[in-house]
Amino acid sequence: MKFTTLMASAALALGLAGGAYAQDKTKVGFVFVGPVGDGGWTYEHNQGRLAVEKEFGDAVETVFVESVAEGPDSERVMTQMALDGADLIFTTSFGYMDPTINIAAKFPDVKFEHATGYKRADNVSTYSARFYEGRAIQGHIAGKMTKSNIIGYIGSFPIPEVIRGINSAYIHAKKVNPDVEFKIVWAYTWFDPAKEADAAKVLIEQGADVVLQHTDSTAPQAAAQEAGDVITFGQASDMAQYAPKPRVSSIIDDWAPYYIARTKAVMDGTWESTDTWDGIGAGMVGIGEITDAVPADVKEEALALKASIADGSYHPFTGPLKKQDGSDFLADGETADDGTLAGMNFYVEGIKGDIPN
Amino acid sequence: MMRLEKRPQASRAFSYATPVLAVIATMVFGGALFAVLGKDPLASIMTIFWEPLFGDFAFYYRPQLLVKGAPLVLIAIGLSLGFKAGIWNIGAEGQYIMGALCGAGAGLAFYPAESVFIFPIMVLAGALGGWVWAMIPAVLKVKFGTNEILVSLMLVYVAEQFLASASLGLLKNPEGFGFPGSRNLQQYASAHNGELFAGSGMHWGVVAALIAVIFAYVLLARHRLGFAIRVTGEAPRAARFSGVNPTRLVLFCMGMSGLLAGLAGMFEVAGPAGQITIDFNVGYGFTAIIVAFLGRLHPVGILLAGGLMALTYIGGDIAQSQLGLPAAAIQVFQGMLLFFLLAFDLFTHYRLRLGRTEVA
Amino acid sequence: MDLSAINPILFVAGFLVAATPLIFAALGELVVEKSGVLNLGVEGMMIIGAICGFATAVETGSPLLGFAAAAVGGALLSLLFAFLTQITLANQVASGLALTLFGLGFSALLGQSYVGVKPPRLPDVNFGPLHDIPVIGPIFFSHDIILYLGFALVVAVWAVLKFTRMGLILRAVGESHEAAHALGYKVVRIRTLAIMFGGACAGLGGAYISLIRVPQWTEGMTAGVGWIALALVVFASWKPWRLLLGAYLFGGITQLQLNLQGAGVAIPVEYLAMSPYIITILVLVILSADKSAAPASLGRIFHASN
Repeated sequence: MKFTTLMASAALALGLAGGAYAQDKTKVGFVFVGPVGDGGWTYEHNQGRLAVEKEFGDAVETVFVESVAEGPDSERVMTQMALDGADLIFTTSFGYMDPTINIAAKFPDVKFEHATGYKRADNVSTYSARFYEGRAIQGHIAGKMTKSNIIGYIGSFPIPEVIRGINSAYIHAKKVNPDVEFKIVWAYTWFDPAKEADAAKVLIEQGADVVLQHTDSTAPQAAAQEAGDVITFGQASDMAQYAPKPRVSSIIDDWAPYYIARTKAVMDGTWESTDTWDGIGAGMVGIGEITDAVPADVKEEALALKASIADGSYHPFTGPLKKQDGSDFLADGETADDGTLAGMNFYVEGIKGDIPN
Repeated sequence: MMRLEKRPQASRAFSYATPVLAVIATMVFGGALFAVLGKDPLASIMTIFWEPLFGDFAFYYRPQLLVKGAPLVLIAIGLSLGFKAGIWNIGAEGQYIMGALCGAGAGLAFYPAESVFIFPIMVLAGALGGWVWAMIPAVLKVKFGTNEILVSLMLVYVAEQFLASASLGLLKNPEGFGFPGSRNLQQYASAHNGELFAGSGMHWGVVAALIAVIFAYVLLARHRLGFAIRVTGEAPRAARFSGVNPTRLVLFCMGMSGLLAGLAGMFEVAGPAGQITIDFNVGYGFTAIIVAFLGRLHPVGILLAGGLMALTYIGGDIAQSQLGLPAAAIQVFQGMLLFFLLAFDLFTHYRLRLGRTEVA
Repeated sequence: MDLSAINPILFVAGFLVAATPLIFAALGELVVEKSGVLNLGVEGMMIIGAICGFATAVETGSPLLGFAAAAVGGALLSLLFAFLTQITLANQVASGLALTLFGLGFSALLGQSYVGVKPPRLPDVNFGPLHDIPVIGPIFFSHDIILYLGFALVVAVWAVLKFTRMGLILRAVGESHEAAHALGYKVVRIRTLAIMFGGACAGLGGAYISLIRVPQWTEGMTAGVGWIALALVVFASWKPWRLLLGAYLFGGITQLQLNLQGAGVAIPVEYLAMSPYIITILVLVILSADKSAAPASLGRIFHASN
């Protein structure tokens, strides 16, 4: 017997053996790239998992494995979940893309959901959040509130996701404050709180009075608090412990609505392979409370911007926009298509410095 | 009063018994830990040790033991040669990365041409990459007397930076929409280190690990070089009198361990992992050091120790998902296992004597 | 590019802070290695110190009590290493690695309920008018007490090793445990104490990260500082003063790298990030002429019957 058939029949056998059980409970697996205690990316995905449990109670069972290395370890963990009877598996890191496709091919009856990737199959959906929408709001507040006209930005790695966020924040800061300048520091790590703290301190020392971060620890918030008159935004989670200042608002990864909807779809038998890229409108990107440290008129504008993005009347990448090298990016009134956004590897006009390569 | 007395010869019985005792002790203390965390201790232990080997889905997990264990064994065999001679290469992680980078780089240089020669070229490139990376501390040690522990460890961090740089630049998949990471070698037939028999977990890395075990066994038991390694480790002065050339020994042991670590990296990237990414390395190079010691620096012991480590990884992941044990608890459990194995090894070389020290 | 954006005073003050966890951890390891023991578990002891310090500071509201707890936590974990290597005579390299694995896991278990919590802050020492001296004030007189403790500890270790009988005994044990044993010194006891000192220092270094430098608790937050500390000891060729210099070099290069980026200098980040390690290797080569540096018994197992 071929291995794949063996696998499929083993899963089938289990499904039949535990028929009544399987019908009662929908089993949802989560593969996490970091520890659930990372306070950022994985923490928020786990909150989404808990929301699924809360929503459906005894009708679902969720399982997860944390700190799973990308590569063969992740394939093993996915296989194990599928063998153990999972109906739906969320794989929550870009690096799980090829493993998810590989394993999904072996378990055609199990549904897979891969976060932030671009490869799909009949039983593999992809989903991601339009964090750049939240960046637009941050950019607006930052541009309005900076006194030094220097905004610091801590990047992780120079990849499209991060570059998109920088551009979005810059466009909207520039719009309300033509003198604004971005200082961008690449930490070259996903996770090193001490380095993030250093990066924030350096930016503040160099005159930034707003620090935006695309790394998940609260280290930059603490650095800003210590420095005094600096504002920051929570990233991934609300970081409300640093409100009302330095943290004046935040971008929250809110996976709960999506996870609940997809679990429901599996329970109802309506699940289909889709490509979801949701933003503020669908609630996947949450904007944390804008605190009183922000002047009332700025807060009002920010909320209006949020509303216009949420109802689709405004797109953060709307022309006329030029690329950094002066070439045309978007004509007047034109909005960027998703393909361009997904692979964005250039700065918009006005940002100084080069994207490291 | 109890005291320790050195055995005239290492106890054969104890060298077999201590690993078993250590595993039992770990089960007891680990079980207690799991109970404190509110999990059924018996079920947890069973899940970790029994499930992968004899559970319902053992047909899947057993081959996975080979996939997980092979790089550990391959690297540990190389390290053990040096460790036996008192040459401390602890930078295998870096050599593993460089092997993977060179191997994958060599393969991708030919993309999309298909040829039977591509894979052998990658093997050579991977071995060379690891070897060169290990020769840096070796040559510095021989020429200047620098400490190889430190130099090899430093080079791990240098290699990690090269890895990040290659993932974001040189080896980045041109069709990857700007995301970091190379093309997937699993989708490039000539470069793919696939399973030799479907569903067996056997790939060329597993074969290489088994060959390395046999090679090391023969080398140590039969060959002059093996004798030189052993005598240097046990009695360095005697070694010099018996005509051992310490320079050549350092170059050989470091080179060999780098070469095998490089091979392990290359087989991993071309097979199970498939692509170069920023986080490609998962600590095999460091875990292999532990495997080498758990295996008492003996080739067959290393084979078993590699299997045991792989078992706790695989069983640990199963326990996480089935019982909700946190990953950290599994890590503590592994730490305990190592502590007990190390501590109980005492009885192989020493025995407890009751009563007072006799007057000399 | 705008190099004038870099404020040299803040830059120096910044790397004094960045170097402090390294100084603690490396200084502890230096004493351990001087006694002839190689403990590769620094990372594990640091992270245990980080969580013990963090949890205690949060529960009691006192950062100083937190630091005390961090030292105790680190020392307790190091006792495990001491038991393995000194009593059961296990291999030191393997025991140290196991200690790191265990420490990382155990700290994560201890810290489960502390994710996202904000710790109490340790205020800077009030130096009064000294703080207002230009240049010198902001660089040297604007830090917390623990940073000064680190500096004082370097001086203390240097003095003890060089001038006291205790230092002499410690070095004797590290150079030749047989000879020290023959002279009637309790080799195992001395080494155990040295290991505990190393553990306490590593714990303090870890807590400095979780309570002051970052400050927050996250799993694995020491992110490899313990390994750098190990390198630093050799870089310093087991001399406390050079250790201080090395810690500033290691801390300084990261700061410089970030500063240059902020100033818009196009630097290849990866290559700059690897430079401290390459520099360490070069220094090792240069220092290799000095054969007397390393303790002769380093990493060797001692048993009285040998």
